[in-house]
Amino acid sequence: MDRSFTAWWRSGTPWIWLNAAAVAASLAMVIGLLGLIAYNGLGHFWPHPVWEFSYRAADGSGVQHLIGELSDSEVTSVERMRHAGAQLPENIGEDLERYLLKTGNRDVSGLDFRWILQPLILERHRPPDLVVFERTEWGNFYGFLKNLKQGGKVVSEGDAAWRELQARLDYVDQVRAQIKEIEKDRIGEINYRIEQLRLDQRRLELEGRDTPQRLAQIEQQRAGLQARFRELQKELDAKYQEISGDSVTMTAMGEQEVEVPVARIVRAYRPNDMSAWQKAGFYLAKLWEFVSAEPREANTEGGIFPAIFGTVIMVMLMSVMVTPFGVVAAVYLREYAKQGPLTRLIRIAVNNLAGVPSIVYGVFGLGFFVYFLGGNIDQLFYPEALPAPTFGTPGLLWASLTLALLTLPVVIVATEEGLARIPSSIREGSLALGATKAETLWRTVLPMASPAMMTGLILAVARAAGEVAPLMLVGVVKLAPSLPLDGNPPFVHLDRKFMHLGFHIYDVGFQSPNVEAARPLVYATALLLVVVILVLNLAAISIRNHLRERYRELEQ
Amino acid sequence: MSTDMKQTHGIDPDVIPRSLESTNLSDEDHCIRVRDLNLYYGETQALKNISMDIARRRVTAFIGPSGCGKSTLLRCFNRMNDLVGSVRIEGSIELDGEEINAKTVQVAQLRQRVGMVFQKPNPFPKSIYENVAYGLRLQGIKSRRTLDDIIEKALRGAALWDEVKDRLHDNALGMSGGQQQRLVIARAIAVEPEVLLLDEPASALDPISTLKIEELIDELKDKYTILIVTHNMQQAARVSDYTAFMYLGKLIEYGATNKIFTNPGEKMTEDYVTGRYG
Repeated sequence: MDRSFTAWWRSGTPWIWLNAAAVAASLAMVIGLLGLIAYNGLGHFWPHPVWEFSYRAADGSGVQHLIGELSDSEVTSVERMRHAGAQLPENIGEDLERYLLKTGNRDVSGLDFRWILQPLILERHRPPDLVVFERTEWGNFYGFLKNLKQGGKVVSEGDAAWRELQARLDYVDQVRAQIKEIEKDRIGEINYRIEQLRLDQRRLELEGRDTPQRLAQIEQQRAGLQARFRELQKELDAKYQEISGDSVTMTAMGEQEVEVPVARIVRAYRPNDMSAWQKAGFYLAKLWEFVSAEPREANTEGGIFPAIFGTVIMVMLMSVMVTPFGVVAAVYLREYAKQGPLTRLIRIAVNNLAGVPSIVYGVFGLGFFVYFLGGNIDQLFYPEALPAPTFGTPGLLWASLTLALLTLPVVIVATEEGLARIPSSIREGSLALGATKAETLWRTVLPMASPAMMTGLILAVARAAGEVAPLMLVGVVKLAPSLPLDGNPPFVHLDRKFMHLGFHIYDVGFQSPNVEAARPLVYATALLLVVVILVLNLAAISIRNHLRERYRELEQ
Repeated sequence: MSTDMKQTHGIDPDVIPRSLESTNLSDEDHCIRVRDLNLYYGETQALKNISMDIARRRVTAFIGPSGCGKSTLLRCFNRMNDLVGSVRIEGSIELDGEEINAKTVQVAQLRQRVGMVFQKPNPFPKSIYENVAYGLRLQGIKSRRTLDDIIEKALRGAALWDEVKDRLHDNALGMSGGQQQRLVIARAIAVEPEVLLLDEPASALDPISTLKIEELIDELKDKYTILIVTHNMQQAARVSDYTAFMYLGKLIEYGATNKIFTNPGEKMTEDYVTGRYG
């Protein structure tokens, strides 16, 4: 017995089992994490059934009719509920279930959610004609459609009103898209150019070249732009006028009649009356809106496209900055610097930089990049805009630079390892053909070390894309009015602030006015962040594999 | 001459008469002159007072036990020892009457004149074509046609053309060891050096590949001055016109190959070539 145990122990079997168990545990954790995020995030976009409850009020004030989606449930003690003032029937045991009901209609009732106690529910059903509105503000609205009005006069009622509403919503959608185009693109462009004119004029004044002729020229251009602005404003007013006349009368919870302007409705649907196919279509539309649209209502509704865009462009800029810096530093350290105590010290310092908390980099970025570098750039190149800062304020450029600094050690270490792995016979072969050291580096050593550089870059991207803390100091904002890339020259606006998925999670989860309603969005955004990082990494990995195949090292 | 004969007989009967033609080194045109060469790695002296003349368009073999300094000496001729940080060289090496260790000499240009092939085949991880073009591109040759011509000539010179002409753009690392070594030789002769240094070029190869390399050396010596370091004494006897025997950093004996192998002047040389030592 004892001997066989010893034999089993010495055979290494327990060690193998231990390793396998550790791997299995790690896998389970990763899959569990992704599964949880995906389940909570993706479920949010599915049209949930909306219930109508007959509910005996807990304070004993009679029977209420409640309408809403069930969003959570928990088991709690009867004792506690009684203590909180609920009048519960006798003999219902010790525990009871309570539901969190999303009642919406925040403008009417002031609350989005309320708890209801299971024993007090008299009856519940899912009325097929129950309508849900997604609105441009105040969140969801639940109720029954009574009639549709145009200019205050009833046009149609009941089912006819529902069909009419669909048609008018399509139209409103179109007009809204036109309005957005005018506001964002055309008026945005005019504003941008008027601002440029102001800066031109200021520059002329500062340089003392503000001849009356030039000023008149600027004034003339400005007048032209303002005339166009007024024209657009008129067009815009007309569009708003066009859709503002219609409204629907709704019967909300508690027999209350509420007038909802059609222009405020983003989407109207009857979840209890939808087939599975319709639900799937609705789901895809919502998902598409999530990844492609701009956020509404303090980021709790709509999409997160600007955040995806900001994350990707920031990571790309960071890569473009960190790779040359890291490679040049590694080449110097490995190939040119005299190997001695000083280089060893530098190497230790570089490795330790990787361990500095990221917020420290953020503080450094704010102090050095934003205030010092940016401030001086403003003094030198953008004096006309002062005191309003151009680069002397957090922005995309500084965020990318800060993250480049943060990930520099990773790239240096990986590149150095790659350079060290190139066999000396290859270098000698190149030198023996009459190549100088620099030519050997450029033509042979660096291409062969490129897979290692890509490995460094992959690690850098993985770290940078998930970093939030330093970004909050150097350029990320809750809501950026415009993307860092647009149609106004110079097209790439490195001085602009931007949105970021990581910060978006934090903002929606903790800073939002309606935390409970926004929680699924936290999961969905987290899932998207993981997907974005995954895509960026896969792109880098496929480039690396391609390079590896090309510069396969000597086999012997 | 059949290949079988070469393999079965130790010393190729064809080679000996040619070596006999020029048994006297002083009659030869000297390509390289070495005088009082001392080389130190830090405190250790690796080469001691070497003086020798190397004949133009002849094959000179360096033999001796491991660590005797023959590779170090070879690497002096194209200043490969510069890569070692702690190395110190005294004395003079002249290539065509020009001191190669002079400060004014550009190492890269020297290495274009003195090509080198290493023990282990070291093709670059590029195509066969690009491997041979490497040295040419360094010289600034860009014309596709010129490159094509020179590369074909070099590959033919290295007896490799027929094997690779249909796959010039395949990765060189897919070739066999012997082919790789001949590719490296082609790469070296593409830049038309005067001198070719071969550092045990066949020691990592199988017998048939070795044979091919030896035949190649025989062909190349019409155009190049060849210096070869080898552990294989039969190889030295087969391919070389002159042989230098080195021991512990000293040049013990240097002369015509058939004399070194049949009638050495030094007891130590005799012991070594007959296998009683090393």
